[in-house]
Amino acid sequence: MDNPIIMNKYSIERTLGNEIKPYNYDEFVKNFKINIISRSDNDLEFDLVGIDVAVANSLRRVIISEVPSMAIEKVHIYQNTSYILDEILAHRLGLIPLKADPRQFKMKEDENSEPNEHDSLVYEMKIKCTKKDLDALAHKQFISFPVYSKHIKWLPLGNQKDIFTEKDVGIISDDILIAKLRPGQEIELKMFAVKGVPKDHAKFQSVCTAWYRMMPNIKLLDEIKGNDAVLLQSCFPKGVIGLKSVKGVLIAFVEDSRKDNSSRNVFRYKQFDNKILLSKIQDHFIFTIESVGAMDPSLIFLEALNILTRKVNSASESALNQTEI
Amino acid sequence: MRILRKPSYRMITEAETPDDAPKKALIYICGACQAENEMKPKDPIRCRECGYRIMYKKRTKRLVVFNAR
Repeated sequence: MDNPIIMNKYSIERTLGNEIKPYNYDEFVKNFKINIISRSDNDLEFDLVGIDVAVANSLRRVIISEVPSMAIEKVHIYQNTSYILDEILAHRLGLIPLKADPRQFKMKEDENSEPNEHDSLVYEMKIKCTKKDLDALAHKQFISFPVYSKHIKWLPLGNQKDIFTEKDVGIISDDILIAKLRPGQEIELKMFAVKGVPKDHAKFQSVCTAWYRMMPNIKLLDEIKGNDAVLLQSCFPKGVIGLKSVKGVLIAFVEDSRKDNSSRNVFRYKQFDNKILLSKIQDHFIFTIESVGAMDPSLIFLEALNILTRKVNSASESALNQTEI
Repeated sequence: MRILRKPSYRMITEAETPDDAPKKALIYICGACQAENEMKPKDPIRCRECGYRIMYKKRTKRLVVFNAR
């Protein structure tokens, strides 16, 4: 732990820039580590250790704005007598997350070309509210028939029928409210989904969000015991400070600094002055990726790495071409 | 939307679509109960479900394309 960022009561001491070490590939390979902390279908938390802030931040930015995904782009409205206006309905439909894996599709080259099985997905929604639907929803006077994303049906294009099932390319959650209908109102439309990048529109995002924080580090410079130890424990989130009993006296110790949210609450109390050192480890990033659901978060990270590599390669290529001229 | 109250008024609307086949039934929506009524020219303007006399024309099935953004 060299070169930490020290957190004081009212300021942050950045030591970055004082002693930047020259980049060394062998040292990087030796020190670089990725530890997966927790992992579920949509969430991934991992540690990136021994990497520069610039790289960690580039990765975060690429994940948020460059990893492509599928989203509804064009809506053909045949009938819409609901209270939702056509353009607002189309906008709402565009934001519905799709389960389709973007890696199995191509980017559409020409926006106005006919949709084909390699670059597009077609969905259809035909729904009409009748008196019968309302009777089923009990006899209330002001009742409306909700239209959910489960009413959207996938229409296979070309040979898509053999490759995908509705489960592969349908809508991720089937309880997204799209509109509400009164008796006699109907919606009939076709939707065309394409692959796109999130910097073009947020609907193409494959992550809800991705972020990192630096690993917090807490150091107790002096022994803190008795009631002060209990107070110290209450200054941090649960599980950060532990208490052990030595000869009947409670003594505080740092149990797990990862759980600290860096609130700097301890600095409010006089008795802890100059007894605690709060800092951040500069090259240890706790990275979290929350996927929307179309892609596994680890695959999103891999995709981001590929995109970043491609960018670096093209940058170095154009730099080399510059010197030739 | 057009409110059709008198037969004479309706005749004007018929003239707007001269290429329509004569006596073609059109769908109108009742202003009170939202029921769909098929009505021919010279039919009484009256909802078959509830007897209400204000009818609205239904939106056409013409295709409109929107960008979902």
